[in-house]
Amino acid sequence: MSMPNEIAFLLCALVTLVGAVAAMMLRNLIHCALCAAGAFAGLAAIYLQLDAQFAGFAQLLIYVGAIAILIVFTVLLTRGADILPGTASAAPSWWMGLPVGGLVLACLIESILASPSLRRLPPPEIQAPVKQIGEQLMNQFVMPLETIGLLLTAALLGAVVIGLREPRPSEPNSQ
Amino acid sequence: MTTPLAHYLILAALLFSIGLAGALARRNAVLVLIGLELMLNAANLNFIAFWRFGPHPERLTGVMFVLFSIAIAAAEAALGLALVIAIYRHRRTAQVDRFDSLKG
Repeated sequence: MSMPNEIAFLLCALVTLVGAVAAMMLRNLIHCALCAAGAFAGLAAIYLQLDAQFAGFAQLLIYVGAIAILIVFTVLLTRGADILPGTASAAPSWWMGLPVGGLVLACLIESILASPSLRRLPPPEIQAPVKQIGEQLMNQFVMPLETIGLLLTAALLGAVVIGLREPRPSEPNSQ
Repeated sequence: MTTPLAHYLILAALLFSIGLAGALARRNAVLVLIGLELMLNAANLNFIAFWRFGPHPERLTGVMFVLFSIAIAAAEAALGLALVIAIYRHRRTAQVDRFDSLKG
């Protein structure tokens, strides 16, 4: 066992888990979004530790860069940062979430610990250069790549159409 | 690279459970979406860990799956947040337990 790797993994895991728990438990939605960004960044560090550099940087760019900003904008646009007084229903209903989450966690941990794949050792040195990823994307995975491009275009156009404010000429005092 | 596979899997299981519990418990639609993203990330971590510990890491299938999954998650987040904004404009609330009528 090499200790530095283990310590780095534990630090990244701690950042990820604390960020995730804080994102789900804090009351201020802006704080929740920032903690979620921290959890995504910790996961990106774990990808880098697992020698998946391209996936780690993609995670950093897309999750920490784009999705976190999108979430913050949505919170601001929906005035979710204001804690409205007298709204008891805004409090989370943990009596429902915690048992289901705990049950799923127990099932997952039990099957993980019973799995024979735990004794598997990783290949000592692997190469996953960006050039090889690009070649595979252009040869073996070219069809999924095109489909993803089409899907992203359709999804972003759909998001713009859904987010557009529809004109209401029949209601003069719609504000 | 000597951290055992079980640590990554248990971290992913914890992350998935946190996301699931939060998505079920929180009432704000944006937080439900954050919970969904956490669950997707836990699945991605499993893909990367199994790819790294698998017998043929040179074939890069795990990394490819994660890249496509991240792209789909981006599309899902954009659409979901646009829906939240549209519903907020309509109903003046982002609490999911207030979206209880189909007539609007």
